Formats: sequence, structure tokens, C-alpha cells
Amino acid sequence: MNQSIDVRGLSCPLPVVAVRNKLLEIKKGILEVLVDTGTSKDNITRMAVNIGWRVEEREEGEEYLLTISK
Amino acid sequence: MLKEFFSSRKYVIFTGIFIGVSAAYLQKLGNPANMGICVACMVRDIAGALGLHRAEVVQYIRPEIIGFVLGSLIAALVFKEFKPRAGSASLVRFVLGFLAMVGALVFLGCPWRTLLRLAGGDGNALFGLAGLIVGIWIGIFFIKSGYNLGRNQRTYSMVGWVMPVVMVGLLLLLIFQPQLPSGAVFFSNKGPGAQHAPIFIALIIALVIGFLAQRTRFCTVAAVRDVILIKDTYLLTGVVSLLLAALVSNLILKQFNPGFQGQPIAHTSQLWNFGGMVLAGLAFTLAGGCPGRQLFLSGEGDADAAIFVLGMVVGASFSHNFAAASSPKGPSLWGPASVIAGLAICLVIGFSMSNLGKKGMEDKK
Repeated sequence: MNQSIDVRGLSCPLPVVAVRNKLLEIKKGILEVLVDTGTSKDNITRMAVNIGWRVEEREEGEEYLLTISK
Repeated sequence: MLKEFFSSRKYVIFTGIFIGVSAAYLQKLGNPANMGICVACMVRDIAGALGLHRAEVVQYIRPEIIGFVLGSLIAALVFKEFKPRAGSASLVRFVLGFLAMVGALVFLGCPWRTLLRLAGGDGNALFGLAGLIVGIWIGIFFIKSGYNLGRNQRTYSMVGWVMPVVMVGLLLLLIFQPQLPSGAVFFSNKGPGAQHAPIFIALIIALVIGFLAQRTRFCTVAAVRDVILIKDTYLLTGVVSLLLAALVSNLILKQFNPGFQGQPIAHTSQLWNFGGMVLAGLAFTLAGGCPGRQLFLSGEGDADAAIFVLGMVVGASFSHNFAAASSPKGPSLWGPASVIAGLAICLVIGFSMSNLGKKGMEDKK
């Protein structure tokens, strides 16, 4: 089952820290992340790619759903 | 496509270079020495121009601050990132802005000016930089311990427009310079406040910086924080670019004067250069970003960042009214005590709003 995490409304750097901790915990699989700012989206994407995960981005209204997988 | 272009590493490097070169040239065009751009000093000057403090040598409405907010607003509108939001421990953010300013004014500069002072040859800034890094490191300890100011909420569009409208108001005051019976608007006749680049050149440069920084998420505090916390050097490359570009520009413009004694708008009390920036670094980290970043966020609708900036305005006024801000002679009467008290308050905030406190936030999804 896919795991998910909602980091909307959290200020820097909490979104990227929360997602990073989750990725390090699950090691592989799929993590869906709900994000509401461009900054958090960019930071999370860069961090995930840097540690070897793939990131797909989908805009949902004014928010973004990131699907991070390995 | 264009969005990805702006978030690439080469653009954050370009942004750093643009800021570094601009700062050196703004100094050449009239801004105070090693202060082509200083977010803390410039916010302090605006507080003085409005009459919130009485330090007559540091009163001027700095168009750079106005441009940072409005440039960020333009970028946010163009790229559909203008998202009015508020409600994340706003009062604590106000206090953090206040304390960050107190610390910065004991050192005499924000993180941006720390870099620019170094680029101008001011060795005292090394102690400020060391303090900044220690402050950020303490902040990271709290972040790792679950420190969290809580989630913000989307809010009315109007809320996001408050800060940009305030900036337009300041711009009108700067252009028309009305003289009221009280003496306001106050503009310095001598000292750093009397030194400034031509208004429209400074404004346009700042608009470009605001635009670029909103796109690249430029932040001098996150540059250090991200390397330690998540091993990400993206922002650090931008900040190092700023430092090197300012250094080269200063060498070309013959503005590089290495040494410790007699540096412009600086003192040699290294303990308090260090201590002031420990406080500033910690307060900025607990609030999520450097003062420039708080301005850029306030331009894209973040009312909590705007409240942090208002805290800086009040903190600057307090610092000058209560003899906490340093002068080139050294720390003032209440400067050291203010730094110690500020650090104590930041530690209380850090402990009480993390898992270290018994009533840490439950919401850690």
C-alpha cells in the first residue's frame, strides 16, 4: 500500500525534513506527498532526487501531489 | 519548462552573482560602505524614517526593501505562486523577528551584510559569520527535536496584499517626501542614512533581485542549514557566488580594504560580533529563513513572514531607543544584556515548541 504524507501549511524546512525522514524509513516503495507551496515542492523534489528517488509531480488546483518512488 | 529553468542550480548561482555585483555597485552609487544591501540595516533605516526611533544618522526609506517585496510579488503572480496564507504562530514569529534584529544590530549587519563585509575585507565579519553558523546549528538541534511553529492556513487574498500595499505606500513617501509638522518623514542629513544610491536605480535592481530570489528560493540562512540538515548544497552555491561576486566587484571598484580596525560601520568587539549573530542566526532559523527570505515570502502572500518583518521593524526601534544597537565604537550599554536575554527567549521558544517540551505540537503528520 502506498504511504502518504501531508506537508501543507508547514514552513521551511519542515516539509523537506518530514519527507526525507519518511523516505529514509521506508527505504523503497511509493510515497505520496501533498504540498502547497512551490518552495516546498522544489525542495522536496531536489532532496528526493539527490538521494536516488524518482519524483512525479501533478498539480491539483493550487496544490501539488508528488509521487516519490524507488 | 521555465519553472524548471529557474529552480536549476545555475540560476541560483546567477542570482548570487547578481546580488553580489549589485551590492558592490549600489555602494559605488552611494549606499554606505560594505552595505550595498543589508536587509536588517535597511529595515532599521525605514523604521527611523517613520520616526519609530530617534537615531538621526540612520533614517531613510530604503527602496531596496520595497523592491524586494514587490519583485517577489511580480514573480509570484507571473508563476502563479501568490498564495495568501497566515496563522502559524504569528506572535512568536513577531518575537523572533524582533530578536533577530536585536542580534543583527549588535553585530551591525544581517547575514547578507556579513557576506558583504567579508567581501569588503572586514575581518570582524568572520566572527559574525561564525556566530551565524553556531546560531543556525542550535536552530537545527531544535528542528531535529521536532520544533514546529504549526501549520498556516490559506486565507483571503486581501491578507496577502497587505505587505505589498504597505511597500507601495512607503515608495510614495520616498518619492514625494512629505514634510509633516512633526518632522516626519525623517531623512538623515549625515551618517549612513544620508548615503544612498539614486532611488530608481536601487528600486529596479531590488525588483530584479526580488524576482530572482522568489524563483530560486534564495536564502542565506537556509544555505547553511540545508548543508547540515539535509546535505543539500543548492542554496550554498548561490550564497558563495554572492560572496565571490561581491569580492571581485569590490576589487575592481577599489572598495576592498582588508583589516580589522577602522572598518566602515563595524566594531572590533569580537565577542559581541559573535554573540549578536548567534542570536540572529538562531532566531532566523527558528523562523524558517533569513531576513531577505522573509521579505520575499511576504511578497508572495505569506502573512506570517510579513509579521516577522514587522517584528524586525519594532526590534530595530527598540534597539536604538534602548541603547542595544552597537555603534562603530563598540557594543552599547544594553547590547550584551539584550543578546543574552534574546538567546534565553529563543531557547525557551525552541524547547517549548518542540518534542523537548511536554506540550510539543501534536500535529506532526
